[in-house]
Amino acid sequence: MTYVKPSFRHPDLPKNDLGFTKKDYEGAISTLCGGCGHDSISGSITQACFEMSIAPHRLAKLSGIGCSSKTPTYFLGNSHGFNSVHGRMPSVATGANLANRDLIYMGVSGDGDTASIGMGQFVHAVRRNLNVVYIVMNNGCYGLTKGQDSATADVGSISKNGMNQFQAIDLPALALELGASFVARSFSGDKTQLIPLIKAAISHHGFALIDVISPCVTFNNNTGSTKAYDYVREHITTADVVDYVPPGEEITMDYPEGTSADLTLHDGSMLQLTKLAPNWDPRDKLAAMQRIYMSRAKQEILTGLLYIDPNTQDLHDLIGTVATPLNELLEEDLCPGNAVLEEINRGLR
Amino acid sequence: MRPTDITDPEYFHKVVDCQYACPAHTPVPEYIRLIAAERYTEAYMVNWESNVFPGVLGRTCDRPCEPACRRGRVDEEPVAICRLKRVAADNKGDVQAWLPEIPLIKNGKKVALIGGGPASLTVARDLAPQGYEIHLFDEQIAGGGMMRSQIPSFRLPESVLNEEVNFVLDMGIHTHFKTYVSSLHEVLNQGYDAVFIGTGAPKGRDLNIPGREEGKANIHIGIEWLASVAFEHTAKIGKKVIVLGGGNTAMDCCRTSRRLGGDEVKVVVRSPFAEMKASPWEKEDAQHEDIPILDNHVPKEFVVENGRLVGMRFEKVKAVYDEKGKRSLVPTGEPLVYIEADDVLIAIGQENTFPWIERDLGLEFDNWGMPVVSRKTFQSTLDQVFFGGDAAFGPENVITAVAQGHHAAVSIDLYCQGKDVQVRPSPLTNLVSQKMGIHEWTYDSIVVNDDRYKVPHAEKQKTLRDRKVEVELGFAKDTGFKEAQRCLNCDAQTVFYTNRCIECDACVDICPTSCITFTDNGEEDDLRTRLNAPALNLSQDLYVSDLLPQTKRVMVKDEDVCLHCGLCAERCPTAAWDMQKFLYSTSKASNVCGVLQL
Repeated sequence: MTYVKPSFRHPDLPKNDLGFTKKDYEGAISTLCGGCGHDSISGSITQACFEMSIAPHRLAKLSGIGCSSKTPTYFLGNSHGFNSVHGRMPSVATGANLANRDLIYMGVSGDGDTASIGMGQFVHAVRRNLNVVYIVMNNGCYGLTKGQDSATADVGSISKNGMNQFQAIDLPALALELGASFVARSFSGDKTQLIPLIKAAISHHGFALIDVISPCVTFNNNTGSTKAYDYVREHITTADVVDYVPPGEEITMDYPEGTSADLTLHDGSMLQLTKLAPNWDPRDKLAAMQRIYMSRAKQEILTGLLYIDPNTQDLHDLIGTVATPLNELLEEDLCPGNAVLEEINRGLR
Repeated sequence: MRPTDITDPEYFHKVVDCQYACPAHTPVPEYIRLIAAERYTEAYMVNWESNVFPGVLGRTCDRPCEPACRRGRVDEEPVAICRLKRVAADNKGDVQAWLPEIPLIKNGKKVALIGGGPASLTVARDLAPQGYEIHLFDEQIAGGGMMRSQIPSFRLPESVLNEEVNFVLDMGIHTHFKTYVSSLHEVLNQGYDAVFIGTGAPKGRDLNIPGREEGKANIHIGIEWLASVAFEHTAKIGKKVIVLGGGNTAMDCCRTSRRLGGDEVKVVVRSPFAEMKASPWEKEDAQHEDIPILDNHVPKEFVVENGRLVGMRFEKVKAVYDEKGKRSLVPTGEPLVYIEADDVLIAIGQENTFPWIERDLGLEFDNWGMPVVSRKTFQSTLDQVFFGGDAAFGPENVITAVAQGHHAAVSIDLYCQGKDVQVRPSPLTNLVSQKMGIHEWTYDSIVVNDDRYKVPHAEKQKTLRDRKVEVELGFAKDTGFKEAQRCLNCDAQTVFYTNRCIECDACVDICPTSCITFTDNGEEDDLRTRLNAPALNLSQDLYVSDLLPQTKRVMVKDEDVCLHCGLCAERCPTAAWDMQKFLYSTSKASNVCGVLQL
């Protein structure tokens, strides 16, 4: 196997605002199976961060255990990374975020890491509105242990173990229920949709879930699987098309009344959502719930930005933490001095 | 765009840039891999089959392959293809067993070859194995033509030339050396079934400016002077030498002068340095031998005092370009420059001349005195007379002469067999998967980062003392191996099977040079703007698939900077990509050794 990627790149690769090319956002060569959807998601993260001109050292990648959680090695090789315990990525992300709120947190997890062993962690990170991008590379099976059905496998989906009988956990629906402020679903095989969603999630101030259907090419790409490339492509529907407009740039496209919505995010970037169902507002949580349930009933896979609350308050806002990252606090900030101590002590006597 | 037709042999042929650029279409990556495998004899024979003079060309070729080399588009410098050819030649074993058998019973057809240079020798090499009786005429004492008379020994040792000329002559060629053919009419009357004319461009251009006549004892035509040195009629030159001209002949003249007593040798050329016709490496070699190159100097007069040449005067000019980029040399108005000289060598070009061809034979000449020759068949307007090499379309180079010799030999064969010379045989092609395992290929797919290796030179003190000491030493075996590993194996083609593709994007994600894009189809101009990396090199094709089964998009691959690393095929879960070795061998009059079918 060639574990070495040639170092030559296209000589005319474009540069971003920082003068970097896409190469500066790449990671090591992937050791996942060839054709794994996860590699495409890694590619989309790479592309999104390149296009957004994110300084690599301003981003931290966090993951748990599983095929999905190996991927941080394969993208953003110049960024920080923490490969945590199985299902515990949300806690590590919470700790990191509380310690340094200035970094961008890219949490990467799988359907096992999130919907099984990490479920207890996941739900609390959602309800606390932790400011992270939380990407679930969802292949409906445990790829790393040879393809057993996971908790997101649909009822009736066929794997090598036979037909799944158990109800699937619908992560976007669950996240909506728990108060997530950004909920999207996408497909690893559709980068034109996924890349703007990742950019929007990075710009969003609060918990941003992207549930990415990511076929397991080795164990779950068979006929009868609802997470196979061909099945997903046949059943996919799009709630809306997201056009990400970076801060400082103007929306230039005009769409007919009632078919698009423009949203301004916390960092000044804009989202233009088009091809919406008539008069559907992506800020309407009830409508989002309804659409998710309806498309599930029709056996459709609904993708796009399903719900967003652009003006939400994240964990720091809610608990009123200090605005400075903890590593930048000096002794005089942390130690108010003897006079203040005396004052406190006096109050306790 | 319409799906790319990869069954058209020209499509993948064009992807192998070096081979495509080579006039003789030598399968370059094939022999480079053989060199890396230390199979020098086979590497040599792959060359020999295609270009007849690997030892000569490995030292002296104009290397059209190297500017074309794909590596030059991603790395600083291309693969040293030419010097690798020499590695094969230097290290080859006994090739006798590989040489074609010459039938004892001839086929009854007689062919005359006029001129003994690379074109004629190629025709002889291609026709002799078919049983033709071949008569070769040359005015010199030995075969080789300009390779012998014009290329100095310090670039091409006589032993190397003799060996390769003799591989051909030993095929039972009837040689008629020291025989100047003075009449085509006479040749035609001698019952040859076909006549091939490969007499080169034997006339050096003169420079008729004041003083030329008075100073003629010390003013020489470059190629005549080189021939005179080669045949050992001339062994000395004055201490101060001016060489006029900026081509490779000028470089050979000045460097030869340095070896025959020229202490102060200068090259003086009209054009700017960067636009000189000489190959960059030949200019470098001349400068390395302490020969200054004075550009933008137009010769005005030979200065003769007391009946003896003492120097030359030049007018300084500068190059001015009009809006169409056409150059004119405009005098700067500075006073004329005087340069002292004991001898002057004029190397400002070569011309064709055919005084020996009667103009009433039915063989048409054009307004410029050149024979009317078909560029496809190399047949003249006299059906049984064929041309090739510099004689056909004016001065080119050895490798072009060889290529034209192959074409002419095919035509002569067709003509002698009573077939239509316009109906050309197809090239031999083959496309075979190189897969050995899930992630294993028959070729070294890993792309090395090494910079181009330099060929070592012999010490200057030593080479300047003796014109027969070769300057370039050639790569040692280990350096040759390392240089060979720089080859990107462009003949390992990326073959795409549309119906197997599940559009997982694995190839797109892994491709180091962003060559592959899945997108909606469109016209080429439009598609080129929508690819994952700019597709600005219009000389390189887009490989476009049929509509893909799942999304009805197409796969578009820009061939421009593909590294042929095989990662797309390694990552592909359904083997929709495969690396397949594409062999392309131009049709020749005979299948001379079959080394490519190994």
